[in-house]
Amino acid sequence: MLSARADRWTLWVVGIAALLALPILTVFATALQPAGPVWRHLVDTVLADYLANSILLMLGVGIGTLLIGVPTAWLIGVCEFPGRRFFEWALLLPMAIPAYIIAYTYTGLLDFAGPLQSALRETFGWTRHDYAFPEIRSLPGAVVMLTLVLYPYVYLLARAAFLEQSAAVLEVSRSLGAGPWRRFFNLTLPLARPSLIAGMSLVQMEALADYGTVQYFGVSTFTTGIFRVWFGMNDAIAAAQLAALLLLFVFALLVLEQLSRRQLRFHPTSARQQRLPRLVLRGRRGGLATLACAMPLLCGFVIPASVLAVWAARTMPQMLDERFLRLMANSLLLAMGAAGLILVLALLLGYGQRLRPRPLVRLAVRGASLGYAVPGAVIAIGVMLPLAAIDRNVDGWARVGFGVSTGLLLSGTLVALLFAYCARFLPVALHGVEAGLTRLRPSMDDAARTLGASPRAVLWRVHVPILRGSLLTVLLLVFVDVLKELPATLILRPFNFNTLAVRTYELASDERLADSAGFALAIVLAGVGPVILLSRAIGRGRLEP
Amino acid sequence: MSKPSKLGVFFFTLWLVSGLLAAPLLAADEVNIYSARKEDLIKPLLDDFSKQTGITVNLVTGKEETLLQRLQSEGANTPADLLLTTDAGRLAAARQAGVLQAVTSESLTQHIPAAYRDPEGYWFGLSVRARPILYAKDRVKPTELSTYEDLAAPKWRGKVCVRSSDSIYNQSLVAGMIAHHGEAKTEAWAKGLVANFSRPPKGGDRDQIKAVAAGECDITLANTYYLGGMLSSSDEAEREAAAKVAVFWPDAQTTGVHVNVSGAGVTAHARHRDHAVKLLEFLASDQAQRWYAETNNEYPVNPAIPPSATLQSWGTFKVDTLNVAKLGELNAAAVQLMDRAGWK
Repeated sequence: MLSARADRWTLWVVGIAALLALPILTVFATALQPAGPVWRHLVDTVLADYLANSILLMLGVGIGTLLIGVPTAWLIGVCEFPGRRFFEWALLLPMAIPAYIIAYTYTGLLDFAGPLQSALRETFGWTRHDYAFPEIRSLPGAVVMLTLVLYPYVYLLARAAFLEQSAAVLEVSRSLGAGPWRRFFNLTLPLARPSLIAGMSLVQMEALADYGTVQYFGVSTFTTGIFRVWFGMNDAIAAAQLAALLLLFVFALLVLEQLSRRQLRFHPTSARQQRLPRLVLRGRRGGLATLACAMPLLCGFVIPASVLAVWAARTMPQMLDERFLRLMANSLLLAMGAAGLILVLALLLGYGQRLRPRPLVRLAVRGASLGYAVPGAVIAIGVMLPLAAIDRNVDGWARVGFGVSTGLLLSGTLVALLFAYCARFLPVALHGVEAGLTRLRPSMDDAARTLGASPRAVLWRVHVPILRGSLLTVLLLVFVDVLKELPATLILRPFNFNTLAVRTYELASDERLADSAGFALAIVLAGVGPVILLSRAIGRGRLEP
Repeated sequence: MSKPSKLGVFFFTLWLVSGLLAAPLLAADEVNIYSARKEDLIKPLLDDFSKQTGITVNLVTGKEETLLQRLQSEGANTPADLLLTTDAGRLAAARQAGVLQAVTSESLTQHIPAAYRDPEGYWFGLSVRARPILYAKDRVKPTELSTYEDLAAPKWRGKVCVRSSDSIYNQSLVAGMIAHHGEAKTEAWAKGLVANFSRPPKGGDRDQIKAVAAGECDITLANTYYLGGMLSSSDEAEREAAAKVAVFWPDAQTTGVHVNVSGAGVTAHARHRDHAVKLLEFLASDQAQRWYAETNNEYPVNPAIPPSATLQSWGTFKVDTLNVAKLGELNAAAVQLMDRAGWK
């Protein structure tokens, strides 16, 4: 009963998903080979540590980002208090700061040799054992650092969900006598669940994939383990098996999440939407609301950015040359191109899944969205190997057929880099797109189809305009992610092509923090502009009828 | 439908641009480098080379392991002519992987001592990096120090800072100890050293030096160019910290100070082989060797070139004569040993 046209959607979605899953399939293929004696060693010594630390990190960051992201999103979305308009976009700022950079700045500030502890020792004449100070470079420290820069993901998705929630439902509950707390916990929160879960699982995946922060803090996780086995012990197969294990774990979590909301529908029941009057917080309650929004902004942005600015003050003047402008242009163009491309792919996959919700399609889309939990370097190698194989085959074929060598067509070009970005960051976009589509009633599709619109037209002319806010959010998330991305860029970029992140890394890994601060600050500032612009656009998108 | 097609155009343009970026690779008068040395620590030399010879140099930097991986997966089609690393073990690994070719050059054998190059010319060391003991001037007398081995003695309990065993520098150091003393003895030493840690390993080499200066511990292990870099840092706090720390050259009576080299090898499928050799010769020349010494406080491989004034002020030392290629062979054993010893 399926027409040829209908099948084409399935084909497209599965095809794109398979392509994007290629790097991960490469990892699995490598993992299937028999490993050396390294596993014995891992089980005997460090594996338990890796597991425990990774799980604690994931849970800690998940809880931390919910605790910051949800209340702030609710305050901004539903209430009115002093400074709300400012915090609406300012709360997003921490996401412009790469996790390893915030780790460097807080270490510089709070470490034993840093200014704070040194001042304490000098003032009170203490020595090392006279006082207790929380150690920043530890597992809890890593949880706090990652939470501070990742909570905006939860905040963004939660806020979008709160804004798009049906006022009618809340009005009914209000007229039935439910107080604000009860409305929040019994209605607002459960209705926003797809977005909250999407935000939290993104954040947890990012925490699992983090390498820079945990490595600097000396916390051994699965990710540091993969690199240690791969490079230190020179065993690529065992490293791939570790990575595969990580992937299976994430896959299981994603499937569980899907199953848990299988029977539920989250779309509004009424088409007529009216905005509820904001809950006005005055006096002490208003002050508390302001404080609740100010703290994450202060700790996640103002303090680290100030530290960077102080460090960069001396090196800034000689940094701003022609080369710097090129770095800036490279970073921005790459991030914009990748973000646009990824958004389109995510729309195709998300909508395709809505059109054809059959197991094969679902599985393909899930498979393509694992990349976010994988360290960028692993994705990069997973991109490098198949592309090189393609190049080799094309080259061999051209040599035989035409007597010419085509050399490398894909490897070492921006195509390889964009491919890696798509494989790694598609899940970010897909989560947002899916969460958005879930809130659209299927009857809307049916109505449009009845009126003669093709499935494609429904997507571009109905869904995209309605979901503009969600889609812009997605665009922003991916843009900032690509801007900060380091490992894949470092591994796959072409000759004579650098980005701000690469430059920052080169100086920081040479332990010239003061020199790298200027470039780190440039990444932050490059991210801030779009954050503000898009935040405005999201706000405007909501007000349109 | 305008949205996707616009993006399609953008994507296509990017692809074209990337093609243009790759296009110069086909030109003749150039040489392409995969470098694990950071751009700042090699680009000025490459610019000089271009100026003197008219040969364009294309550079992509990265971590040595992934550059090696890239070289391997690209196979015969690789655009790279020269692989630069900061660690001899990786050069040995590259040779083993079959991605390098042998080079004979009188100029190279003349300028580079045999201990710092591959016996068959697959790779050549270009600068030497030493990893001595650093100590707090006000709390440790140099007479209390003697060898790396002695750092495991109970008298240093709670006084040693080191960075994590993820660091290739520590992995190489332990690999060297295994080469000299065997695994069992080295493991016992590592356990003793771990027992002496004042805090769990963390941070980079400069962080260890700062910790010593601030009193978190009394001694540490660090590469000399980090101390040199701190002494000339733009950050005043770093300069002050570095001034509180001094260098001790261990194992003067025994095996000598642990050293590693940064170096380079011509790739097996180099399309600009002659230019690559020319560049190698340039990097071993007096002019370039002087630059290595002055700019990054590394020791020149070329014995005719004196180290920088800063390096000279720290005195001379006995160098471990172990062929640096051995460090690469024993690296995996070293990492597992450190895991067993509980060296995080």
